Amino acid sequence: MRVMAQMGMVMNLDKCIGCHTCSVTCKQAWTNRSGVEYVWFNNVETRPGLGYPRRYQDQERWRGGWVRNRRGRLQLKAGGRFRKLLTIFANPVLPHIRDYYEPWTYDYETLTDAPLGDDFPVAQPKSLLSGEPLAVEWSANWDDDLGGAPEHGPHDPVVERIRAESEEKVKFDYERAFMFYLPRICEHCLNPSCVASCPSGAMYKRAEDGIVLVDQDRCRGWRMCVTGCPYKKVYFNHRTGKAEKCTFCYPRVEVGLPTVCSETCVGRLRYLGLFLYDADRVTAAASVADERNLYAAQLDLLLDPDDPEVIAAARRDGIAEDWLDHARRSPVYRLAKEYRVALPLHPEFRTMPMVWYIPPLSPVVDRLVETGHDGESAPNLFGAIDALRIPVEYLAELFTAGDPGPVTDVLRKLAAMRSFMRDVTLGRELDESVPAAVGMDAEQIMEMYRLLALAKYDERYVIPTAYEGEAHQLEEIGCSLDVEGGPGMGGVGPFGEASGRPVPVSVETFHALRVRQTSEGVADPGVPGARVNLLNWDGKGRPPGLFPPPREAPAEPGDLTDRGSPPERTAGTPTLEDRR
Amino acid sequence: MSTWDLLLWGVLPYVMVAVLVGGTIWRYRYDKFGWTTRSSELYESRLLRIGSPLFHFGLLVVIIGHVIGLLIPQSWTGAVGLSPTAYHVQALVLGGIAGFCTLVGVGILVYRRRTTGPVFSATTRNDKLMYVVLVAALVAGLATTLLGATGGEHNYRETVSPWFRSLFVLQPDIASMAGAGLAFHVHTLIGMVLFAIWPFTRLVHAFTAPLGYLFRPYIVYRSRAAGGATRAPRRGWETADNR
Repeated sequence: MRVMAQMGMVMNLDKCIGCHTCSVTCKQAWTNRSGVEYVWFNNVETRPGLGYPRRYQDQERWRGGWVRNRRGRLQLKAGGRFRKLLTIFANPVLPHIRDYYEPWTYDYETLTDAPLGDDFPVAQPKSLLSGEPLAVEWSANWDDDLGGAPEHGPHDPVVERIRAESEEKVKFDYERAFMFYLPRICEHCLNPSCVASCPSGAMYKRAEDGIVLVDQDRCRGWRMCVTGCPYKKVYFNHRTGKAEKCTFCYPRVEVGLPTVCSETCVGRLRYLGLFLYDADRVTAAASVADERNLYAAQLDLLLDPDDPEVIAAARRDGIAEDWLDHARRSPVYRLAKEYRVALPLHPEFRTMPMVWYIPPLSPVVDRLVETGHDGESAPNLFGAIDALRIPVEYLAELFTAGDPGPVTDVLRKLAAMRSFMRDVTLGRELDESVPAAVGMDAEQIMEMYRLLALAKYDERYVIPTAYEGEAHQLEEIGCSLDVEGGPGMGGVGPFGEASGRPVPVSVETFHALRVRQTSEGVADPGVPGARVNLLNWDGKGRPPGLFPPPREAPAEPGDLTDRGSPPERTAGTPTLEDRR
Repeated sequence: MSTWDLLLWGVLPYVMVAVLVGGTIWRYRYDKFGWTTRSSELYESRLLRIGSPLFHFGLLVVIIGHVIGLLIPQSWTGAVGLSPTAYHVQALVLGGIAGFCTLVGVGILVYRRRTTGPVFSATTRNDKLMYVVLVAALVAGLATTLLGATGGEHNYRETVSPWFRSLFVLQPDIASMAGAGLAFHVHTLIGMVLFAIWPFTRLVHAFTAPLGYLFRPYIVYRSRAAGGATRAPRRGWETADNR
């Protein structure tokens, strides 16, 4: 047994309202640069739907993930090492930009520049790749909320798989439609096929916390990782020619903050925490013969952090004491392994994904209420789960390689929790048979309810705060002092203003915020070369660089007023200069 | 031996090597982030799928041909029973085919670069210069091959190759090279220019051909402490053991 720690996430899909806040904040934090306009490290897709990039789940087309060969060993679906090198000059299964979408902006200038005329000027969409006018035809969530579902829905690879078994199972007519949202980030897999596909060895899994990253200095842009990832969560930056992917917000996680997507989630549906797993058994677990057993095999890898044997092994393998403590309080371990209500996404790709999902129960409850039943009584709910097979089969294709058993179990647990907690809330007599029917006891149900419904910030996000003994190397801390009196200290680099490394935005923001909070005057870092950050600008005064330097007005004859040097800028006294 | 001969075949090769080696080291140290293929496959793949393998595989064969033709002395191939005529014919046929494939490949790639909007707008001036030199080197090289096929049988293995080998022992055999034909002179000069600009263009990706992929384990683990290893710790932040 070799114990390793892994940061994991659980998303409770019942709570996702599809607001895309996670996607937007993630994009603002990580991919608001040129070259990654089309990239969403976090995206929210409507299921059933095509997903982003379109039909990414169809591995017969995209050849991502692993397959088990006839000798029972794992191999990359897109081919082994030799095949990779032979196809390196033109990767035959790289998605085209249109499989994602062609990024665009609008020609806003026309709105102000257009000559007077009878027609209102329009801001035409223009491609960000070629600058040419473009007909917008697709985006990261074009089929949001089942938009165009009669047309696109049947092409959902999951729907195709279910329909292959029975034509009648999935319907897109209005009365029988169903949908739910699926937020997706990188799965930070235990057996990452993107890492295995990288010819340069630039992608790696961090030994400490299992976060999968791309070394930007070693990536050579061979693009095999994009093919290797079955979730298509590694992207190619077409400006820098390097691969980029979700980083699990490692600079935040390292200092104990949740990822941006979790932090900003409106529904508070995300949970972050540690898993301990047995690294020696990962390959064996990913190679089990029947793909329906992959979920069980993956669960089996997760080690019980309360088991003295595991604790001893973890200490031996160098896992710090506070990490073990965090692992014992991990909400993701409890949801995935103890209560078994969280399921992995597409275990059949054999990558052992570490972002887990609690499947949605809502469609079942709503359907019962619509048909005039008590949607929250246990017998009704249990019966409905079995009767309404459409969602269960669809969910099973997503989360358990098509095995409806575990999905039904989860839904029954959630139903039991609803029903039981209603009795608690209404002060009715508690029916112990309800938890028993799903293999839990009353106390467990209450605990699970607490975690799913009430848990506060520090219970949802149990993140080990410090990497003992190496705190000085943290990305967010150790970068401000390139040179004595250097950029971080408010000076310039050794060879003038443009030399030295740029100040990390976080450091600059930190200083700016501090100045703003502690000074009486204008929040102006007063550092040569400091960027103007509109987020931190308090509207007082005019930081240098906000506007281009004013042009000298030609001196008028007879103007005797001595303009002199501009007055000292002070808070609350805007001058004419400031309003220009 | 004129001064020009001395400069072109005695001095220039060493200048070129100095620029190539020095430039590569400089680029590797200061621009690892820019060290990439800068692939444009995301924008267009239909033409790339034909042109790129044609060009790259053709080029690999061309490189192997150069290595054999320049490094292996004529006496050695003679000793294994390969007559100069037979050698010449096989070099002509293989080299001609490979060179033609490479040229067609690069032709497709340049056409694609010019006609596909996003690819063209992602083309830098550096790229354009590189393409000019690269295509010129290919055309001149193919010309020497074809000239060898049509007319006066000039045996470069008695002129260019000895000169090339003599460079490595720092005793450049300038006289031999001076005796080679004009076509060979032109091709060699363009080739030297190509190698001199190599480290400063996207061509550097060839130096990091990922052959190590064949020998490493599939899953790469890296410790976070070692994770910053590609970037030197900043002054004042070294750990006690790497100070």
